Amino acid sequence: MNILVNYVVIPLVKIVVIVAILSGGIAYLTLMERKVIARLQHRLGPMRVGWHGILQPIADGLKFIIKEDIIPIKADRFVFTIAPGISLVPAFIVFSVIPFGPPDSLWGTGGYVTDVNIALLFAVAVSSVGVLGVILGGWASNSKYPLLGALRSSAQMVSYEVAMGFGIIGVLLVANSLSLVEIVEKQRSMGVWFFFVQPIAFLIYYFCGMAETNRLPFDLPEAETELVGGFHTEYSGFRFSLFFIAEYANMITVSSLAVTLFFGGWLRPFSSVAALSFLDIIPPPLWFVIKVLIFLYIFIWVRGTLPRFRFDQLMRIGWKVFLPVAMANVMVTGAILLKFL
Amino acid sequence: MIDQIIFYTLAFIIVAMSLMVILARNAVRSALYLISALLGFAALYIRLQAELLAGVQILVYVGGIMVLFLFVIMLVSVRTMEHQARQTRQWKAAVVIALGVAAELIYLIVRGGSIFVTKQPPDALLTKSQNTQVVGEALYSTYLLPFEIASVLLLVAMIGAVVLAKKKI
Repeated sequence: MNILVNYVVIPLVKIVVIVAILSGGIAYLTLMERKVIARLQHRLGPMRVGWHGILQPIADGLKFIIKEDIIPIKADRFVFTIAPGISLVPAFIVFSVIPFGPPDSLWGTGGYVTDVNIALLFAVAVSSVGVLGVILGGWASNSKYPLLGALRSSAQMVSYEVAMGFGIIGVLLVANSLSLVEIVEKQRSMGVWFFFVQPIAFLIYYFCGMAETNRLPFDLPEAETELVGGFHTEYSGFRFSLFFIAEYANMITVSSLAVTLFFGGWLRPFSSVAALSFLDIIPPPLWFVIKVLIFLYIFIWVRGTLPRFRFDQLMRIGWKVFLPVAMANVMVTGAILLKFL
Repeated sequence: MIDQIIFYTLAFIIVAMSLMVILARNAVRSALYLISALLGFAALYIRLQAELLAGVQILVYVGGIMVLFLFVIMLVSVRTMEHQARQTRQWKAAVVIALGVAAELIYLIVRGGSIFVTKQPPDALLTKSQNTQVVGEALYSTYLLPFEIASVLLLVAMIGAVVLAKKKI
């Protein structure tokens, strides 16, 4: 009975709540993106549906559902149909290991669905599966622009994942654990966020994360101006929206992992300074959400500011800048840890 | 009981998916089935409490190698392959090898599991957060030489591939 409650009922409730919050968050992230980009370009953005366009995401969702779902006649129907799912499911699975609150919160069940000893590896591994949806979707469309998008996506993913992995190893060396809960706890006990210990690792992680979510300036698999819509050119209606949701879910994943690894997760700023304990009035999960929102804002800000890379530039940055710098970071960190600790 | 149900379900999925890899006519579909089989293996590793191995399996094979596989398959025209003959001249050799492997497997099943000497790892190795550390320590102490040989081999293969592919460097 107890086992049933502890391992089935409680996680299930948490999963339902997280998926619900995430879905709502994604819907309103699209509105936030349109509003912020509009402000950057001196426009108003969506204004018609509801007060200042507050109901726009609902209208968009309805539109996606009622639009016709077209499958090209020469497409590989089976692969074409499941590709958006392959892209979407891993994006949501990652959140099962991301901690939103301390282990003693939520009546002692912990502010996370599960705390596994390889949580960080799991998160990186599962989010790397999502790209298969993009590649398969591009191939199954059997049309030239999606195929080009798919090829670009696979090359880009392979190039940036290596650098990303090396960036994360820097954190791993300091934290001495792959468990995300323990990584946050370590930042509390050390009294410093890992961003201040590993700034280079953070920059590499965040840029590679941007590349992995196919966001500008790394959105070459989509590249509207040259490839129409890239891998999702042939997709329409609900299936198109699944790709869209996956992209936004990945943005939230990258931001959440960045916050957890480098900015103290659910911890308030200066968690070791007792004089600032009035900040505890904001509960830990809310601190987490605030930090994630800041990173999501940076995502949108960068999209509104920077132009797209050319493909050779993209490869050069990945292999000749990010990877060597990340490796050097690991070596220097390791040497310092060996010498002084 | 539950343990066995999980094992046989996973085993069935893995075997079925592996069969589909070689039976599917379309190379991209084969790759899809291979991905499913590899994910099944990852689940098996988790059941064996080798979480690190499961994570690495997904990261390296599903997220890395399969992406490269698909990259190569997409560059080849898949539609023409679908119409090629199923059997090639290699089928006689294939039959001999398959029969050999089958004979070995049947021998093992008849003799039972007693021929395998299983060394039960001490419980300390299986405690929760130790998984990664144990694998790392084993790789860099007991198995350092094989580990280094494997990495040199990979380096040689990489240089070889570049030299073969690029006439002018």
